Amino acid sequence: MSLVNLVRGFPRRPGRAMAEATALVVAAVVAFPLYWMVLSAFKPAGEIQSDEPRPWTLTPSLDSFRRVFGQQEFGRYFLNSLVVACSVVIVSALIAFLAATAVTRFRFRFRTTLLIMFLVAQTVPVEALTIPLFFLMRDFGQLNTLGSLILPHIAFSLPFAIWMLRGFVKAVPEALEEAAYIDGASRARFLWQILFPLVFPGLVATSVFSFISAWNDFLFAKSFIISDTSQSTLPMALLVFYKPDEPDWGGVMAASTVMTIPVLIFFVLVQRRLVSGLGGAVKE
Amino acid sequence: MAGSGRAAGLTGDAASLSGSAPRDFRSAARNHPGGGSWTPWLYLAPALVVLGGLLLYPIYQLGLISFFRYTQAQVSGGEPTSFEGFGNYAELFGDSQFWQVLLATVLFAAACVGATLAVGCALAVLLTRVRAVPRLALMLAALGAWATPAVTGSTVWLFLFDPDFGPVNRLLGLGDHSWTYGRYSAFLLVLLEVVWCSFPFVMVTVYAGIRAVPAEVLEAAALDGASQWRIWRSVLAPMLRPILTVVTIQSVIWDFKVFTQIYVMTNGGGIAGQNLVLNVYAYQKAFASSQYGLGSAIGVVMLLILLAVTLGYLRSLRRQGEEL
Repeated sequence: MSLVNLVRGFPRRPGRAMAEATALVVAAVVAFPLYWMVLSAFKPAGEIQSDEPRPWTLTPSLDSFRRVFGQQEFGRYFLNSLVVACSVVIVSALIAFLAATAVTRFRFRFRTTLLIMFLVAQTVPVEALTIPLFFLMRDFGQLNTLGSLILPHIAFSLPFAIWMLRGFVKAVPEALEEAAYIDGASRARFLWQILFPLVFPGLVATSVFSFISAWNDFLFAKSFIISDTSQSTLPMALLVFYKPDEPDWGGVMAASTVMTIPVLIFFVLVQRRLVSGLGGAVKE
Repeated sequence: MAGSGRAAGLTGDAASLSGSAPRDFRSAARNHPGGGSWTPWLYLAPALVVLGGLLLYPIYQLGLISFFRYTQAQVSGGEPTSFEGFGNYAELFGDSQFWQVLLATVLFAAACVGATLAVGCALAVLLTRVRAVPRLALMLAALGAWATPAVTGSTVWLFLFDPDFGPVNRLLGLGDHSWTYGRYSAFLLVLLEVVWCSFPFVMVTVYAGIRAVPAEVLEAAALDGASQWRIWRSVLAPMLRPILTVVTIQSVIWDFKVFTQIYVMTNGGGIAGQNLVLNVYAYQKAFASSQYGLGSAIGVVMLLILLAVTLGYLRSLRRQGEEL
């Protein structure tokens, strides 16, 4: 191994320097939009509306953030978004865990059919269902409530979550299950006290996707929260600053920063598990 | 008494090692199809209830509405709903704008998928060839782009390319050239944003896949003097085919359904609807002009196209002999 590395390493040195330089440049380009977003959020109004935009600022100001948080009930929108995203993550993770256990640990009729349906369900264009969902929510009196945002997102994140969790549930050895039953554990005890903790990292990786889809949603918020703005969510608050003719760029960037940070934190926290989780999900 | 009890215990243990008792245990663990066959359905029940009520039923409704004349008058109850048969579809297929939008959607999605896959795979290979620090830098930048919500990503990219205050035009010396004015430059701008926020998924997944390829295989290829491109084409791509299929299909599904980026960046479909894609088109028909029946018909067309793609994917999985 080391010999091969030696043989391979020497003639490749210049190649590696090139590769590393490319990687760093690409990283800078990819990170640039985010950098510009945060930078612009801290720039004073005069510098944003300048013909000579500079990639730094010597006089950072919190004016844009003040405008954002001064907007009617911005804190409330933030909280609403958080409630929606967290409810979706927790509920869909629990439901997906049970379903994934059923399709990996049991053999029963229609199992393959169900699996195919979970896959097909991922292709459903959520946006197209806005129309029937609107009528459904109206009939159940859910319009203008956070429930009208939570319920559909649970449904839409489930198929992918189940699909991804399969790999994690499968990875838990069956011998463990046998041992648990021999030791007298009930099915419920095995499920929640043994299997659940073991699959937990997979649940975290999966929940990234449901968190993002719920946190990002602005179509349902736009369509279902029509009259009661106290139930609105962050994307709607952000678009208040974005008027196509003369957008308040400072406000938009500050609101974008506030909206992006929770997701970034979430990502950094689960980053390791995400990478290994995706690896596990595709390897299988 | 105690002795015989212990003996019974021993024989019991012995029996459980070789007799009929263990079969019961094992089959209990393997969940025999007989006695406990309702258990999986119990576990599946919450998922099936949620999916049935909030996915299957709305799809059925979507199909139903697409056969009716359903506008503001019907919603408010002013007029009764009337069955139109394929009227909405006839109107749709007779409308040249629909065909334009369909063509634009397919081409735009194809361009996004192609660019996303190319960038994602190239960077995944690059990741395997660099040391820890550049790798971490690229990984973190990609995770940042991935984590950025679609709405904020759209507004930030718009700002970067803003004709008056954006840095890109200054850098390229384009003056006050407006990117959203022309049809193709607007599509290009949206494409850049879409690729930016969706290549990380491809990169991370393919990178995880490459790491699972035995190092000896790659070393053997390198020792034989294969170029990086040759290694990718003849060694990695065939070995990673299952992964590549998964990321391709996911990208097709996501990019065909692009909504937020087009809606925000081209302000609801561009000047005179020049940047409409099917999803936004359906939304505009339904909610902006209250033609719910027509909007639903567009939704059904989208569903059918994506269904066809998915079934093709399933067939290719089966041909590869993979078990679900």
